[in-house]
Amino acid sequence: MAEKTVAQADDAAYRAKDERTGSEIVVQALKDEGVDVIFGYPGGAVLHLYDALYDAGIAHILARHEQGAIHAAEGYARISGRPGVVIATSGPGATNLMTGLTDAMIDSLPLVVITGQVGTHVMGTDAFQEAPIFSMTMPVTKYNYQVKKAADLPRVIREAFHLASSGRPGPVLIDLPKDVTAERAPYVRPESIDLPGYQPTTVPHEVQLKKLVALISKAKKPVILAGAGILHARAEKHLVQFAERTRIPVVHTLLGLGGMPYDHPLYLGMGGMHGLVVANRALYEADLLINIGARFDDRLTGDPLHFAKNATVVHIDIDPSEIGKIIPTDVPIVSDAREALARLLSYPLENADSEDWLNTLSAINERYPLWYTPDSHMIKPQEVIRLVHRLTRGEAIITTDVGQHQMWAAQYYGFQKAHRWVTSGGLGTMGFGFPAAIGAKLAARDDTVVAIVGDAGFQMTMQELALLKEYGLGVKVLILNNFALGMVRQWQELFYAKRYSESLLPFQPDYVKMAEAYGIDGYRVQDPFELEQVLTRIFTDDAPALVDIRIDPQENVYPMIPPGKGIHQMEGVSPSEAGTLSPRA
Amino acid sequence: MKQVLSLLVRDQAGVLNRISGLFLRRGYNIEAITVGKSERVGLSRMTIVVEVEDNRAREQVKKQLHKQIDVIKVSDLTDRPMVARELALIRVSAAAQERSEINHLIEPFRARILDVGKASVTIEVTGGNDKIEALIELLRPYGIREIARTGLTALGREQLERSSEQEAAEASLV
Ligand SMILES: Cc1ncc(C[n+]2csc(CCOP(=O)(O)OP(=O)(O)O)c2C)c(N)n1
Repeated sequence: MAEKTVAQADDAAYRAKDERTGSEIVVQALKDEGVDVIFGYPGGAVLHLYDALYDAGIAHILARHEQGAIHAAEGYARISGRPGVVIATSGPGATNLMTGLTDAMIDSLPLVVITGQVGTHVMGTDAFQEAPIFSMTMPVTKYNYQVKKAADLPRVIREAFHLASSGRPGPVLIDLPKDVTAERAPYVRPESIDLPGYQPTTVPHEVQLKKLVALISKAKKPVILAGAGILHARAEKHLVQFAERTRIPVVHTLLGLGGMPYDHPLYLGMGGMHGLVVANRALYEADLLINIGARFDDRLTGDPLHFAKNATVVHIDIDPSEIGKIIPTDVPIVSDAREALARLLSYPLENADSEDWLNTLSAINERYPLWYTPDSHMIKPQEVIRLVHRLTRGEAIITTDVGQHQMWAAQYYGFQKAHRWVTSGGLGTMGFGFPAAIGAKLAARDDTVVAIVGDAGFQMTMQELALLKEYGLGVKVLILNNFALGMVRQWQELFYAKRYSESLLPFQPDYVKMAEAYGIDGYRVQDPFELEQVLTRIFTDDAPALVDIRIDPQENVYPMIPPGKGIHQMEGVSPSEAGTLSPRA
Repeated sequence: MKQVLSLLVRDQAGVLNRISGLFLRRGYNIEAITVGKSERVGLSRMTIVVEVEDNRAREQVKKQLHKQIDVIKVSDLTDRPMVARELALIRVSAAAQERSEINHLIEPFRARILDVGKASVTIEVTGGNDKIEALIELLRPYGIREIARTGLTALGREQLERSSEQEAAEASLV
């Protein structure tokens, strides 16, 4: 009896010694997850947490707006493949994250986001800086938590990292009431994870793979559509081998760019609304379509009625709910892309009978290459991108904002490698590109990082310029300045009788002075003959720089599938056809 | 078409919101949703009746539910043998002299009078949707004052109850 009491007392004393505050648990758990940088912004509800971070030895990037913090975390996640970690305070701090969460959700980027919350005793009373973040973020996170006891934190953080980065990645949010960050509890990192409702299938079904192999040997017009799933699974090498072994050409989605090197003979280019004619033609005429890790977004398919309508459709995806969602699928394969490709490569794969098809496609491509009309007085945006490609040998990390410049970057950069492309595909979030470049640079300090942005989108998050000097981040910001909300202007030109309703930006801040004000080098280029000189200069070192590039304000993105049209109905496919697009369907 | 789903979900804060939000986002109208403790500690059983346009939508609904971290198991009972019941409480105006008539009327429905007031009686009935609708129609002439219905709750019949593993395996084959 007495013995037992002593033992209990010892145990209690031991546990008391090992107890820490909720904030200290969070910090230790983040370290145990290998977190080396946090993107965040403090406030009342996270003061305890920031106090614990003060001397924790984890780098913290103080963005100038929570939206900047979360987009930076997305850029970090996209390049590093590891979850980006974000902290924001309750109420406005947390609501400022909504756009980034939604963006990460639709583009499957792993994030672990911690938001402060008012104390549990005042929750639901409209307390100062209270916002219902738990319910608000439910539909835009892969999963979310509201932690009511510090003792739950070790498990919750362990699960959050697991959920964010496994299966189909995505953002996970932890809403953390202030009193929980002060409450004491023991910390032991849980060894295992118990999530009975979460068991992503990563290994493909043999039967299904064999069906695919049989289809390949019979196909005459096969095509692979490779999406970002290839990149999430780090399966780019497998993809190249698979295409080579089977002689099947590859089309990338916007987010898949970089999976195949741009100059690979079996690479057809990007498909979709502003994709290459040949890529879309291949998707249209294919008799076998092998989708690997793409989700048949409407910007890719055009009117789905016409999409791959003669093809047997095979869809490899880690998320079963993507299969059959948009395009009826004949052979569903639920699997991680690398697992599926590795297994396929271990079979005695036969070539597809595709030589005629490949010849036809290359003739189409010769007939309808990407085009633009050079001009000796005005800088053409396509030329800027080609020059950036040349100066960085196609190996730079390119981030973009959303709009025309994004499409030109996608069309003209020419990626030599995978994991170099950071763009907001699913949500199309203006304001994404520049902060994403900051995160990308933090994930790849030795690499050249170029943020290609429009003058409108840049102005949505340009306050993050402060970070370049402060943290010594040599991001190169190229503003393709067309004095307009270019993509909106283009649609109004083509489909709304040139009624430029609120899409022109005649007033622009002096970006060069602004760069200087933020302590970095700024340049302005208007003359096509000066462009190369300026760009060459900024790429000679790893210092941050900003270039305001005045491009032809009339330039449009071509070719294009007009709204409501099918993938075979591209317009603006050659100089003579541009500007004569049919009116809105 | 009406889809009847039986889910086993983790009994956690927010789970009802997650599930109902999923239908809301896709514009599917939930006709009934019932939740209660299941046979397993920490798990609740949810029965959902939802209007979907076709089989493809039905598949999507199932897959989206499967994808929820808090959902342990999804059974689509729509065209499987199931036992399904709803409970309704119906308060009808009834003068003292009408009560025995009402008693006779509801007997074949195995309904019963739960509460008697000065000018009304409250009737309890359990059954499928059609039976409850039929009883309500019969009672209507007396003057219906209030109705409270639980919505359908259901279980698949024993021999045909399949595991979600089986379903998942099939889903990857279909
Ligand atoms: C947050 C947000 N608001 C509005 C839009 C709609 N939109 C798409 S492209 C675009 C114009 C972008 O202009 P700019 O950043 O200058 O790039 P450009 O198209 O000129 O290259 C707009 C307003 C959007 N995508 N995101």
